[in-house]
Amino acid sequence: MSSNNRWIRVTAIENVPLLEGRSVQIGRREVAIFNLNGRFVTIDNQCPHKGGPLCDGIVSGTTVVCPLHGWRFDLDTGLAVRASLPACVTTFPTRVEDGLILVDIDHGSRIESEETAA
Amino acid sequence: MKQLVVVGNGMAGVACVEQILKQRHDFEITIFGDETHVNYNRILLSMVLAGEKSADDIVLNDIDWYRTNGIRARLGVRIENIDRNRRVVMDAEGRSTPFDSLILATGSSAFIPPIPGVEKKNVHVFRTLDDTRALLEKARKGSRAVVIGGGLLGLEAARGLQLRGCEVSVVHLMETLMERQLDPTGGAYLRRKIESLGIRLILPKQTQALLGNGRVEGLRFASGEELEADLVVIAAGIKPNVDLARRAGLDVRRGIVVDDHMATSDPRIHAVGECTEHRGQTFGLVAPLMEQGKVLAAAITGNDGPSFTGSASATKLKIMGVEIFSAGSIDDSAPGVDTVRYEDPSLGVYKKLLLKGNRLLGVILVGDVSEERRYTEWLRQETNLAPHRQRLLFPPPAEDAGLEVAEMPDSEVICGCNGVTKGTIIEAIHASGIETLSELKKCTRASTSCGSCTNLCEQLLRAVIPDFQEETQSTLCSCVPFSYERLREIMRGQQLKSVQEVLNVYGNGKGCEVCKPALSYMLDMLWCGDHEEDRSARYINDRVHANIQKDGTFSVVPRMRGGVTSADELRRIADVADKYRIPMVKVTGSQRIDLLGVKKADLPRVWADLGMPSGQAYSKGVRMVKTCVGTEFCRFGVQDSTRAGIELEQRLENLFTPHKVKMGAVGCPRNCAEATVKDIGIIGQEGSWQIVVGGAAGKSVRKADLLITVETTALALEACELFFQYYRENGNYLERTYDFVERLGIEKVRKETVYATDSDKKKLLSRLRRSKALSKDAWLERETPAHPTQFVQIEVMER
Repeated sequence: MSSNNRWIRVTAIENVPLLEGRSVQIGRREVAIFNLNGRFVTIDNQCPHKGGPLCDGIVSGTTVVCPLHGWRFDLDTGLAVRASLPACVTTFPTRVEDGLILVDIDHGSRIESEETAA
Repeated sequence: MKQLVVVGNGMAGVACVEQILKQRHDFEITIFGDETHVNYNRILLSMVLAGEKSADDIVLNDIDWYRTNGIRARLGVRIENIDRNRRVVMDAEGRSTPFDSLILATGSSAFIPPIPGVEKKNVHVFRTLDDTRALLEKARKGSRAVVIGGGLLGLEAARGLQLRGCEVSVVHLMETLMERQLDPTGGAYLRRKIESLGIRLILPKQTQALLGNGRVEGLRFASGEELEADLVVIAAGIKPNVDLARRAGLDVRRGIVVDDHMATSDPRIHAVGECTEHRGQTFGLVAPLMEQGKVLAAAITGNDGPSFTGSASATKLKIMGVEIFSAGSIDDSAPGVDTVRYEDPSLGVYKKLLLKGNRLLGVILVGDVSEERRYTEWLRQETNLAPHRQRLLFPPPAEDAGLEVAEMPDSEVICGCNGVTKGTIIEAIHASGIETLSELKKCTRASTSCGSCTNLCEQLLRAVIPDFQEETQSTLCSCVPFSYERLREIMRGQQLKSVQEVLNVYGNGKGCEVCKPALSYMLDMLWCGDHEEDRSARYINDRVHANIQKDGTFSVVPRMRGGVTSADELRRIADVADKYRIPMVKVTGSQRIDLLGVKKADLPRVWADLGMPSGQAYSKGVRMVKTCVGTEFCRFGVQDSTRAGIELEQRLENLFTPHKVKMGAVGCPRNCAEATVKDIGIIGQEGSWQIVVGGAAGKSVRKADLLITVETTALALEACELFFQYYRENGNYLERTYDFVERLGIEKVRKETVYATDSDKKKLLSRLRRSKALSKDAWLERETPAHPTQFVQIEVMER
């Protein structure tokens, strides 16, 4: 089941600047890739609250803050942090190879949780 | 009267004299000092080197103090010999001074290891004010400085030199920095902190020789490697100054041997401070020396007093943002010693307590020293910790802020450096009518040495004086828990020029959406262009210079100074609206035109096609000057408000401010452009302009306060500029002018802007001009983007 071709070569690492996000359309999904000090993570670009572009948010530690209404998501788990309602975004396996960012768009994961993270 | 001679005009000697003055005595006192300075706070020399304090700031006893207390000060005079039979001291010129009692407070000097080449030029020690001045003279921007010694003093010297612009390396003989105060783990945490400041650490490394022809050019290590250097500072420890005592035939080992009442082997001669050795121990920290001074003062005046038993030593590193505290024993290999540890590598916090049978033996704190006082007290009192064992490493839950001081016994020492207790402070407050912290400092000396008890002193003042006034300072954010004022001071003083650096050194290393933009603003205001702009720390609007809308598109508002446009501009705007299928074109309340619904990727081309500068409608910055038609067309206008408004906008545009700044210029009191509800407004009247500030017509509605009335347009514009820059420098981020003016009060604002001295006004204006000269139209990034993907959505390379 694990084959190399599930990884999509997205872009050169230089295209996602340090502690910023960039959006990219992969097939039907628009995702946001973030550069956490050289570690790259990928989540849905759309904020579940009102659809804000998460790629434009400020990164704080390993979370991103939506630029529209300040909802905060953990970039590793996709869970909303300190939100008034439980919410999450999908996260996608991401790795770096030969200076390129690779995303596995077909194996995204969502943690649907009753509780919000503390 | 009896003659008391004190040899040594340093902290220990003078502190002892201060204690003697408090006792009943019949001495005529003469103090000899081989330095030419009055008594200063040697502990703070590193802050003088770092530029955080001036030489004057660290004076402890000015010349008036000597005068009013009838003390003869003989400064710059070195005592060479003591004739114990004749009871005189002899100075270098051969003059003798008789004594009945003699106190040796000769201190210590820098230990210079026997390395060939230490006599070369530009090799310094760091021990006195003169050493510091010499270093300041040599420390040039870009010069390579090497500090030999990674102890407390070496690290403080290194940071000071770095803040002076030197490239600094520290060479240390041992594996661990500050190995006498820290264990290897604590040393590793410290190492990371120091390295994050940009100081290079080379350890363990033994220096074999200093190289260079006359002037030092480098170091050679025992391992054979070499390191280039323009300046070398030796901070390899101290040695007690005992030569005088030895020549006089007193009992001397490492230090001058003293008993529990500070008497030397000759009962007429006492010694105090770093030159002493008590029960085999020598001293290098201020707290035990102050204690010695008290003991000696009682003994020499014949009063009953405590005896000196040797107090637990405590060390604190004084590098802002690098919090290190160590006290007591750090040897955890002794039998029966328990260690309790806590560490958080990403926060850089490490705490370790050494216990033996429910008593604290020693403590190491790195990164978080907030509990320092509790541990010092436990050490001093040898508290039984059985009831605290569950929560040794964490503060007890705070019930109310004043509780900390309320629960302290009167005997508890508040100021560890000067040994001032809570009881002494409260007594002084009542007896001397103290109302402010500086009065308290003057009267009790509390908080005058290292300053770490300032907070506690303030708490006490607050508790004892019902209407104690202090400047309220709110902290910016829990990521960097300092007030705005303090942060500005820190950034300026420590020459911090990037958001990440501030967060690494003073915060949690991460930052958030609250503090990052605030820090970005402060850095921009302080350094304007002469710093590392970090786009990731800015809100999206300031990354792409447009205002994000609910659907993730952006709005574009070109600058239209004073609300005046032309047919040409309007035609270009119309063409842009067509070409980019802009869903809405709207006239704003600020006499400008807003193009709404622009895609991020289109922004650079939209700006290019408009051919107009950015109107900054997206930023916390200068928005616009709304004007009326003034004298040009209006039949009521008495001042040319249109021209004045355009000129004002031009002078201030492209600058950032704590919050948005909207202005208005009207040509008569009819106020058609609503200048009285703007952040800055100028209102024309017959023969003069009124300048008003702090108006609002948004979330709050507030009529602006009159700042000043002036006769000419030039003066009106200058008044606006003065207020504008004052707000930039003193406003808290996201504080609108109407809150700012209310917080400070318009009288204070007037006093510090339009009514300031000419030289202060000039300084404000020149800082504004400098920022303005370095500012630019953000939309020029259409040609030179800050990053190749600043505006574009990334395209997948392959599917």
